Amino acid sequence: MSEDVVALSAAQAAERVRAGELSARELFEVYRDRSASDELGVYLWVAEEAPEVVSDAPLGGVPLAVKDLFCTKDVPSTSGSRILAGYTPPYTATAVENLVRAGAAMVGKTNMDEFAMGSSNENSAYGPVRNPWDTSRVPGGSSGGSAAAVAAGLAPWAIGTDTGGSIRQPAALCGIVGLKPTYGSVSRYGMIAFASSLDQCGPLTRDVTDAALLYRHMVGRDDCDSTSLQHPEEIRLPSSESLEGLRFGVPPALLGEGIEPGVREVFDATVARVEELGGLVEEVDLPSATHGLSAYYVIAPAEASANLARYDGVRYGLRSGNGDLTSMYEETRHDGFGAEVKRRIMIGTYALSSGYYDAYYGRAQRVRTKIAEDFREAFERVDLILTPTSPTVAFELGARTKDPLAMYMSDFLTVPMSLAGLPAISIPGGLSDGLPVGIQLAGPAFSENRIMEAAYALEQSIGFEGVPR
Amino acid sequence: MIDREQVLHVAKLARLRLSEEEVERMSEELSTILEHVERINELDLEGVEPTSHVIDVENVLRPDEPRPCLPREVALANAPDATDEGFRVPSPGG
Repeated sequence: MSEDVVALSAAQAAERVRAGELSARELFEVYRDRSASDELGVYLWVAEEAPEVVSDAPLGGVPLAVKDLFCTKDVPSTSGSRILAGYTPPYTATAVENLVRAGAAMVGKTNMDEFAMGSSNENSAYGPVRNPWDTSRVPGGSSGGSAAAVAAGLAPWAIGTDTGGSIRQPAALCGIVGLKPTYGSVSRYGMIAFASSLDQCGPLTRDVTDAALLYRHMVGRDDCDSTSLQHPEEIRLPSSESLEGLRFGVPPALLGEGIEPGVREVFDATVARVEELGGLVEEVDLPSATHGLSAYYVIAPAEASANLARYDGVRYGLRSGNGDLTSMYEETRHDGFGAEVKRRIMIGTYALSSGYYDAYYGRAQRVRTKIAEDFREAFERVDLILTPTSPTVAFELGARTKDPLAMYMSDFLTVPMSLAGLPAISIPGGLSDGLPVGIQLAGPAFSENRIMEAAYALEQSIGFEGVPR
Repeated sequence: MIDREQVLHVAKLARLRLSEEEVERMSEELSTILEHVERINELDLEGVEPTSHVIDVENVLRPDEPRPCLPREVALANAPDATDEGFRVPSPGG
């Protein structure tokens, strides 16, 4: 029965459990056994026992993979870093808590780029993750473990976090669905912080319906995160078959050099499909968005350098040093952080240091205002913005590790929405040379229902099939 | 261009020891990255306000009332070194 069960989407599995046709415990055991024999490097921890779940809970006890960046009580939570090896938090993140209350059963914690800094999952202190479409290639990052788990059927669905593209880009490279929600719509409490003004968690799923179902149970204002907000709409399961009357904006500024021809081809075919489904497509101008990446690589490292100051060998995690206080700080951080994290701490500290603050951080925060204004103007004319998610398909392991800037370019199309706090989804648009290409749909703040209705209509029409099994 | 001296200065601010090899690599990599981020200087930002928060949130206030918190032994459980009462660290004097 195991293969049949794995073929079900999470929403279908939840329905079966709720109808009494499938045992939540058996379902859990199937996924736990698959996860325990994971050969892709997806999991950093796998549950042994199925947790107690009320069978009529909305999520039906369907197993959930959780990025290791979420604090989970008494379960190791490392954020992919050596500095947090062995750390077991005394509390659970609100987003995970909400899902567990709705009936999700945590099956494992997933591998990731250290502190969510990376686009290939090669920056994990615990080894890389391999892409199930081609194991010589990366799954994307930083939520690479979560994306590969869902694509490979090692989990029915997963959650991850997105600071500049870390849900959408791995979803695109693994041929699954990833939603980066409106900033603040899901509590950040218990998420190990990277860049607090940008970090937002969301679902990675096999289809849009699963994304809507999972997101529905993640949202909500939380007293423990004063930047969290009540979503103004009830999150619906999508049902649209048509895009009649919806206006789509395509920004030529973001579609210039750097987009692989195979990605461009799938994107152009998707634009044609949008029109066939009744959508209206026009060009929109996002003149400042091309500067998003530059602004992002000031803002995110600056916030990271402040957030990561807490790893000093005092309260948790690793401690090194030769017995004096300064050497404890400096040696702990030398031993505990990987190369990319050190790089970002250095950029961030430099950008915030005396004499450079205005030129870098201050300026980047003003670019951010310009980008948000661009989107505001665009959304007066169109309902949604359509782009590829990633400029390239999944690349070979090691192809970009020597060139940080080339790695950063992976985020070129996802960073502008992050800077403006806007929701965006990536769905599989098709294949290029046998590798998945993601299509990104972005909308105004709190337009997740609109985004997912359109994504669902496109998904039904595209009929994308997952990893060949 | 970020030279060796600047790398060492910033590393000191960040309380991060870098190996000799890391210092050299960092000098090169930071220069390349900063050159790229300096493209934001091409934009006219005259009169543009900086964004510190993307979604409008009014002041979020709550009554200042004591609430239960983690028991001390739980808070200390992950510490590399602790006494019954607190985190133990080397003396600042060395």
